[in-house]
Amino acid sequence: MIQTLAFYLFATLVVASAVMVIMARNPVHSVLWLILSFFNAAGLMVLVGAEFIAMLLVIVYVGAVAVLFLFVVMMLDIDFAEMRAGFIKNFPLGIAIALILLAELGLGLGAYGAGGIELGTPDGTAAVSASTSNIAAIGALLYGRYILLFEIAGIILLVAMIGAIVLTFQAPPPGSRAQQDIGKQIARRPEEATVMKNPDIGKGVEL
Amino acid sequence: MTAFFEGLGLPYEWAWGVATIAGILLIALPVMLAVAMVIYVDRKVLGAIMLRRGPNVVGPFGLLQSFADGLKVFLQETIIPSAANKGIFLLAPIITFTVALAAWAVIPFGDGVVLADINVGLLYILAISSLGVYGVVMSGWASNSKYPFFSAMRAAAQMISYEVSIGFILVCVVLWAGTFNMSGIVEAQRGHGLGFVNGFFFNPLLFPMFVVFFISALAETARAPFDLTEAESELVAGYQTEYSSMAFALFWLGEYANILLMCSLCTILFMGGWLPPIEWAPLYYVPGFIWFLLKTFFFFLLFSWIWATVPRYRYDQLMRLGWKVFLPMSLVFVAVISGYLMATGHFTDAPSLVDPATVTPDQIVEAVEAPTPAVSTAS
Repeated sequence: MIQTLAFYLFATLVVASAVMVIMARNPVHSVLWLILSFFNAAGLMVLVGAEFIAMLLVIVYVGAVAVLFLFVVMMLDIDFAEMRAGFIKNFPLGIAIALILLAELGLGLGAYGAGGIELGTPDGTAAVSASTSNIAAIGALLYGRYILLFEIAGIILLVAMIGAIVLTFQAPPPGSRAQQDIGKQIARRPEEATVMKNPDIGKGVEL
Repeated sequence: MTAFFEGLGLPYEWAWGVATIAGILLIALPVMLAVAMVIYVDRKVLGAIMLRRGPNVVGPFGLLQSFADGLKVFLQETIIPSAANKGIFLLAPIITFTVALAAWAVIPFGDGVVLADINVGLLYILAISSLGVYGVVMSGWASNSKYPFFSAMRAAAQMISYEVSIGFILVCVVLWAGTFNMSGIVEAQRGHGLGFVNGFFFNPLLFPMFVVFFISALAETARAPFDLTEAESELVAGYQTEYSSMAFALFWLGEYANILLMCSLCTILFMGGWLPPIEWAPLYYVPGFIWFLLKTFFFFLLFSWIWATVPRYRYDQLMRLGWKVFLPMSLVFVAVISGYLMATGHFTDAPSLVDPATVTPDQIVEAVEAPTPAVSTAS
């Protein structure tokens, strides 16, 4: 009973907050609704027993991606009138994408209804028994059967990361203030940085 | 505890619900009491280091000072700036406070004394503590004021930066313990140092990670010397500038609950949690709960000691320390520790569906190129 209640709670909140993401007038509110949506999706994952995926969802999407989203949206100065105009312009494209997604959903449901798909067992050899924990099962699959794909994904991410750094990194010109040598700063002692002067009255100091 | 309520004649589901709520209260109320006392300790330590007396008027030795402050704050007027975004402005302290309490669900206070003994305990802590930044960012933005907004941006960057290296340190600990379960991590430290000292603290490979974790914990909770989010010399009071009354108090309570959480994480991950420091039978007569509290309190004293003695970092120094020192260092240690554990055969009992020793590259390529077996071979 508790599970059913929790399911309906999470499911309603996911759908409601997802609707609010596109209905909210303030973009910051939209991002906050999106975060609520992620969070409730994680709740659904816990309900189906995929606690590892749920935690990853929260750590990666809520903890990192959405924070950056929020950051960017808060910094932007958004012109609402312009945004409305963009909405009208993009409306046909949006409808097309929505229809494609709906069709895919229908296909998926149809295939599932026709039977033949056993959820949760990628193949016979890798059948996950209920006794192994989520993390152990996923780890054994990723580092066993799908090791090559996993490594390829890792290398692609690494390349993307290096690319992003190369594109955005601007080395400060030599000798500028941005080029700091922390070791040198820390090694500096008061004797080198300050001088004692005892000026005569009305004379001032030459530095 | 569920069994106890079932014994009272409740059906299982009701007993579970009542037991869970009782468990939550049993954790949340003492944590709040601990926060009040710890604020008092903080002020006393600070006073002692500055050759002052600290709070000494309300109650014996000033013990009731925090409660007096709480009462005072409770009676003040809640002021909402007219230009603030009201809903988010009020939501922010609530989120900070709730998140700070939610993480305590998986902390084992003693052997089996834990509300939710879940498999992914450590990941849960990481997930919940990554939510903490929202309270700060939302309050900074919703205040519609310059200093809170600066503070919110600083906080967001700071917390994300240090979470990365904390994640890698946790990987090191998990590799050695072989589990994400908090109780399992504590058990893995039994007799870890030469068979008679409990705790990863005494492991020469993990000790540097402990130091990095402790410093990152300071940064993660925005404690001195990393308290740039509320640097009073630059930002008034940071993101709390526009808050008053209970909303302000909720920020403080949440902050100290987070500090206590980080102290207890240090205890659980590196000092052997509820185990006595030395594996010696008479020490086990002291309840594990007491050991846990003593160790956590020790770390809290370290936190206040640092607050009183270390000057504040500059923001670029903070970022440099996080990204250029801690991140590479913890990454290297993940590689070194996993290499060492692999070489010493630590993982022989780890679960594996495919034996890595017998799989050849050809077999892997074959397996990948084979048609997706989800539909074809399952039946």
